Amino acid sequence: MADKLLGYEEAIKKYDPTFGIEVHVELATKTKMFCPAPNPAYDNNLENLTHPNTMLTPVSLGLPGALPVLNKQAVEYAIKIGLALNCEIAEKSVFSRKNYFYPDMTKNFQTSQYDLPTCINGYVDVELDDGEVFRVDIERAHLEEDAGKNNHVGGAEGRIQGADHSLVDYNRAGVPLIEIVTRPVFNTGKRAPEVAAAYVRTLRDIFKAIGVSNAQMERGNVRADVNLSLAPAGSGKLGTRTETKNVNSFSAIEAAAKYEIRRQGAVLDSGADVFQETRMWHEASNDTSSGRPKSDADDYRYFPEPDLMPLYISREKVEEVRATLPELPQAKRNRLKEEYGFKPLEMRDVINAEALNIIEDTVKKGATPQGARKWWMNEALEESRKAWNEGQEPTITPDQIAAMDKLVQEGKINDKIARQVLDAMIQGEGDDPAKIVADKGLEVVNDDGALIAAIQEAFAKMPKAKTDIAGGNQGAAGPIIGMVMKATGGQADGKRVRELILEEAAK
Amino acid sequence: MDNKEIIRLTALELSRKIEGGELTSRQVTDAFIERIEQVEPQVHAFIVTTFDEARKTADEIDKKRQDGEKLHPLAGVPIAIKDVVVTKGIQTTAGSKMLEGWIPPYDASLVVKIKEIGMPILGKTNMDEFAMGSSTEHSAYGKTCNPWDLDRIPGGSGGGSAAAVAAFEAPLAIGTDTGGSIRQPAAVTGTVGAKPTYGYVSRYGLVALSSSLDQAGPCSRTVIDSALLQDVIQGPDYHDSTSQLSSEVTAENSNYQAALEGLRIGSENDGLKGVKVGVVKQMQEGFAPEVFARFQEEIEALEEKGAEIIEVDCPHFEYALGAYYLIMPSEASSNLARFDGMRYGQRVDGASSDEMMANTRGAMFGEEVKRRILLGTYALSAGYYDAYYGSAQKVRTLIQKDFAEAFAKVDFIATPTAPTVAFKFGEKIDDPLAMYMNDIATIPANLAGIPGLSLPSGLAEEGLPAGIQILVPAKSDDKMYKFAAAIEAMTDKLPEPKGLEK
Amino acid sequence: MAEKEHFSKEEVARIADLAKIKLDYKQIEKMTTDLNVINEAIAKVQEVATEDVEATSHPLQTDNPSGNVLREDIPATFENDLLTNEEAIAGAPKTEQGMFLAPQILVED
Repeated sequence: MADKLLGYEEAIKKYDPTFGIEVHVELATKTKMFCPAPNPAYDNNLENLTHPNTMLTPVSLGLPGALPVLNKQAVEYAIKIGLALNCEIAEKSVFSRKNYFYPDMTKNFQTSQYDLPTCINGYVDVELDDGEVFRVDIERAHLEEDAGKNNHVGGAEGRIQGADHSLVDYNRAGVPLIEIVTRPVFNTGKRAPEVAAAYVRTLRDIFKAIGVSNAQMERGNVRADVNLSLAPAGSGKLGTRTETKNVNSFSAIEAAAKYEIRRQGAVLDSGADVFQETRMWHEASNDTSSGRPKSDADDYRYFPEPDLMPLYISREKVEEVRATLPELPQAKRNRLKEEYGFKPLEMRDVINAEALNIIEDTVKKGATPQGARKWWMNEALEESRKAWNEGQEPTITPDQIAAMDKLVQEGKINDKIARQVLDAMIQGEGDDPAKIVADKGLEVVNDDGALIAAIQEAFAKMPKAKTDIAGGNQGAAGPIIGMVMKATGGQADGKRVRELILEEAAK
Repeated sequence: MDNKEIIRLTALELSRKIEGGELTSRQVTDAFIERIEQVEPQVHAFIVTTFDEARKTADEIDKKRQDGEKLHPLAGVPIAIKDVVVTKGIQTTAGSKMLEGWIPPYDASLVVKIKEIGMPILGKTNMDEFAMGSSTEHSAYGKTCNPWDLDRIPGGSGGGSAAAVAAFEAPLAIGTDTGGSIRQPAAVTGTVGAKPTYGYVSRYGLVALSSSLDQAGPCSRTVIDSALLQDVIQGPDYHDSTSQLSSEVTAENSNYQAALEGLRIGSENDGLKGVKVGVVKQMQEGFAPEVFARFQEEIEALEEKGAEIIEVDCPHFEYALGAYYLIMPSEASSNLARFDGMRYGQRVDGASSDEMMANTRGAMFGEEVKRRILLGTYALSAGYYDAYYGSAQKVRTLIQKDFAEAFAKVDFIATPTAPTVAFKFGEKIDDPLAMYMNDIATIPANLAGIPGLSLPSGLAEEGLPAGIQILVPAKSDDKMYKFAAAIEAMTDKLPEPKGLEK
Repeated sequence: MAEKEHFSKEEVARIADLAKIKLDYKQIEKMTTDLNVINEAIAKVQEVATEDVEATSHPLQTDNPSGNVLREDIPATFENDLLTNEEAIAGAPKTEQGMFLAPQILVED
């Protein structure tokens, strides 16, 4: 039976949403968290999927007698993440065992951190599309290991419902994870779903920028669980929350949060209580369904992991790692926006298109910021831009765009010609803009004499325009410019043509 | 030299004769194999024997020696290994039905060392299931009988290793000790057994019972033999995070050298002058009269050799048993969770995964194991953690303090090892608490992480052996061997176990 | 302090479920008796476990730690710790296509 849903506007008017997000990020270390087995999250190599149970040592398989040994690189990455999220890095943190049975767990306990995590009390400023900023407080970020993967056989779409049995691949067991938990986020009102999604996107950008993870949500490098509760508007109380899992994209996070607000709103409206449980998001049907009852009393019997010594992180070590942090995405955006003089809407489009880094690269190679922006935001370059972001060979490179922009700056070509050059390069007619311009004879006509001749011809055809321009109506120059451009095959410098027209008209 | 003589040699003597060319490793190995075949029907110390592999190793060592290679002193000396230690290609069961038929794909770190040296491995010895017990009656593979009296227990959990050594089936054995599982069997079989400082021997490849208490250690007939063996297996191992504070064995801290020194001073008139011996105030009661009498005699002998006897007060020892039976089951309940019928071991099917796991564990774990898992699960569960597990961890701190204060006054502490001589089969098996009391003198050392050794103090009730335990501060294992060897030198050697037919 | 002084049969059944061990009714009864006997010996630890006493989780834990125990990020090879697929599944009761077979999993995690 389908859930009853309240209209979103109505739900938001009657109830205040509070949300929290748990994010798990797979670190891109070469080996797993507690053993030297190769880490499938290091390069997201798809081959690992076709070779199950080949990335194991006795430790990650949980064989009797196996013991954990902590990955040094994972600790560095954890400190990096903590610093990037403005957390305190604990001087002493302790590993704990979280005990529960599940077929994808090789030891039926997860080695994690409980009461003494490595990073605490941080925050992240989340900027929405229109520039509004919300601060999300982060309670903790801690180290733990991933479980294996259950491949359900016999159910629909490989789902668990109706599955007859499961085949378990432990390649992923032991992959290093950092779990990041927010404090409850209040006062986002109707923008709650947006903020939730933007928060995860912000984290993802940070992970990529600091180089700790491949951070691809589609590959499961970044996973999010959305906690959400409603309380009567203005009551200041906290309602009963649900946890929604299986949200595998930013849009799914937003959609799931919205759905839960509408669903819980309907439940509360009917006078019933919201049932505390874990729910699953379904992308295909755009809804959530009941999973298992969420019990805060899930008895994990945490106790300090006796096989691992406590982790001591000195203040010197923290500063050492801090020095290796690159500029964070938010700071970089703000700085470049200032430097480049982009307007807010321009900046927003650049961010949404993930074009900032390639623009920066192109500017470093000599292009003007606006020039770089205009080209990289062009549809024709979308493919190249994406390829460059992924670290692959783009069809058109920043060097080429920079070279092109230089020609424009020097007045050798105009925008229209530049477009022709670009098309030529895309068609594979050559790599060097200057060479293409030379070969095709595309240079801007700089010869005043030739221009004046063309202008005179145009005046001859449109004598009224000449008098209008002379009379002060500069707008009448438009058609004359057009005719001159046509006559010169577009290879005239528009600015110069206009100047000469005004001069000639006055004569 | 005939086989009857060979098997009665100590490991040190065997080492010398093999090095000197008087015996070959193959001869020695064959002699012990013959003995095993002869007495195993009575003793049943082994779960599996590995005679082919042992002979192969012996031959390899003999060839290397012929070729003039320089070998370790213990190369070619056979050894038995408690079945809780993972051995590649050789069945490892930890005494449980759960792992029947399991052939590990890797070797424990200590086995790697043993193999590197070239000690022929005779087989895997019997034990209480998952090292939980004090009598080896809880093994899923039948009981082991004490060579001194076949109707009596050999101690536990490492009864197999101790019995094998006592019955001359092996000159050396590896055991593990969580609450006394090496020391108590040594006491009731008239042999020597030592638990090193926690972390001194790598736990990588030991089927885990209680991670903060488990240690592997040597079993032998003489103190110096155990010292030799500990020198082999001691040292930091990158596979075990808790072994990093272990000391590599050097000329300065060698347990063997310390034992030699001990034998010397134990034979001298005032050999122990200046040595202060601690006797624990709280360990004067609860021991069988003759067991305690043998202990008293050893204390007097020490005094005669010039040692000063000082009473030390350890007021928190009375809580040690309680703390142990909280910490150990708690950690064990977590360590044994991996046995669920999925990746190795036996499986009993079920309609769902949950059912399969519960069925498997219900059918394949013995009663004592189930009891301790339930106890441990309870002690860790929400609402009870502080009162139980959390409190036990505090008692641990207090016991460490007791020892620290005591060791500020004395060089070593002596206690009787076990409260009684070997008891009869079935005597205590229905009374878990009575069974637990067997470990009352040995448990404090595990809780504190300090090393402990048991050696024979003489014959007590029914003409059965009793043991005296030596305790020293953490990381002073060499001193433990020194003092133990000294006491051995002062003590009359025991006769041979009388329970076996000639 | 724990509210419960003794184990009840219901409590034992709950713990057995948590520990995933199937016990029949008779076994639960015996277990309950045994655990109650043991409880008397262990409960006394609470007498000395006061607020001011610190818990020891690692016997060698000291106030001056000698440094972290960390492993370099270097992948294992078949020569040292890496297992082949055959070795990994060799001991398993039921496998299919190189993976471990689990009976029907009822609850999503």
